[in-house]
Amino acid sequence: MRSLIGPDGPVALAEGVHWIGALDPDLRSFDVIVRTANGTSYNAYAVRGSGGVAIIDTVKAEFAGAFFARLEAVARYDEIRFIVLNHLEPDHTGALPELLRRAPQAQVLLSPRGLPLLRALLRDDFGRYDIRPVTTGETASLGDCALEFFTTPYVHWPDTQCTWFARQRILFTCDLFGSHFCDARLFNDEAGDFRLAFEHYFDRIMRPFRSFVTEALDLLEPLDFALIAPSHGPILRTNPRDYLQRTRALAKARLGAGPEKALLVIYVSAYGATAGLAQAIHDGAEQEPGVRAALFDLEGAEIAPLLDLIEAADGIALGSPTINGDAVRRIWDLMAALAEIELRGKLGAAFGSYGWSGEAVRMIETRLQGLKLRLPEPGLRVRLHPSAEELAEGQDFGRRLAAHLCGRAPARVLDAPEAAAG
Amino acid sequence: MEKATLTFTDVATTVTVPAGTRIIEMSEKVGSGITYGCREGECGTCLTHVIEGAENLSEPSALELRVLAENMAGRKDRLACQCRILGGAAKVRPG
Repeated sequence: MRSLIGPDGPVALAEGVHWIGALDPDLRSFDVIVRTANGTSYNAYAVRGSGGVAIIDTVKAEFAGAFFARLEAVARYDEIRFIVLNHLEPDHTGALPELLRRAPQAQVLLSPRGLPLLRALLRDDFGRYDIRPVTTGETASLGDCALEFFTTPYVHWPDTQCTWFARQRILFTCDLFGSHFCDARLFNDEAGDFRLAFEHYFDRIMRPFRSFVTEALDLLEPLDFALIAPSHGPILRTNPRDYLQRTRALAKARLGAGPEKALLVIYVSAYGATAGLAQAIHDGAEQEPGVRAALFDLEGAEIAPLLDLIEAADGIALGSPTINGDAVRRIWDLMAALAEIELRGKLGAAFGSYGWSGEAVRMIETRLQGLKLRLPEPGLRVRLHPSAEELAEGQDFGRRLAAHLCGRAPARVLDAPEAAAG
Repeated sequence: MEKATLTFTDVATTVTVPAGTRIIEMSEKVGSGITYGCREGECGTCLTHVIEGAENLSEPSALELRVLAENMAGRKDRLACQCRILGGAAKVRPG
């Protein structure tokens, strides 16, 4: 059980650099969305130069005691010149208010996007401290050495940044390259096999922002780093570049995109009416050159592989009948899962058959809009089974969606009341 | 009532609106990807890139300027929940 016993004090990463974090071996669910069979760690670091000490990130509030004990073993509070916040989620800022009370002279360094969160975290105390937003290329001098900052938004919050300590070639990346894997041996070459945790972490935390991850990797890859110090899981001192390359591979769409624009028509149907509409929309979209449409009956499909396909597609049209004034559960399950993948710039559309009230289409549209898809065509609703004319309208709907995907849609001109009517 | 036109290029839609309309009021109705988070000018979710007609939009408030700066927004970016079209035409897309 050596792996579950915490180191008593700080752990040296290099001369002047120490791990001062905390271990949380009993955690079994992180942020509700990540299962953590191996617990996790909250890695924080102290960096010493001739002009003072920088603290890089803190820990979850209930682990503040361990954090302060390790900090006090490497620095006095009045030596702390900087507190770097690479990310303001509570598992990294839980000890911040107390740290600032103990080291009120410290300058807080964070990305500009972190400011509103810091205001909310410190509330009335915000104005009492020296707070400095920093962006890529800015530095903070520790006398004979310096920290340099790299703005890397959305890995995985808007505020995320990385900090580079050139003297020891250490890159502090907070959640990027992290894993929920608690092992007191701390370093990747000593810890147990954490590959599953590393990949699961990416899937649950970073995948919805995979384009931003790639941008961050492009920014960081030129650095000649000898060690990556993330905020969760093992510290990557042996072959750290392998983790960057693996992350780059994970950040690619699971399925490649073809030369044509891809529209997925996904539906659930109770009596075949919504299925008929779906077929018509699919057939219409197929008529547009440069578009490849595909049809899926969600009742017979697994959601996880469908997500891979949606991630690679350019647009989705979701169809549901209205049952009990609602869209059906399979469609809701799929729409809930859509938050797990990147949807930036995708086209969305809704359709469905109904008997009495037909709320499902509007509900789907609202959800897709909430996910920030663009919905260029108002949803298509048909009462009971579609007539020949309604099937023709379905084909037209599919053609128009396909035209939007290709940037060939005729411009739509509306007056405000028309637009409001949808 | 004075009219203005807003074009949302991501959905190829132009809509005629009363002068003074906030962009967010129309963007959601026409299905544009410009959608809101807080609707109070704090979160930056509705960041909007102005392609043409910036001169026809309301001046940004101190709050909007602060949120734009904190979001490292470009010179042609605005917040759809704060920004009104005052007349003429403007062309926008999600920021």
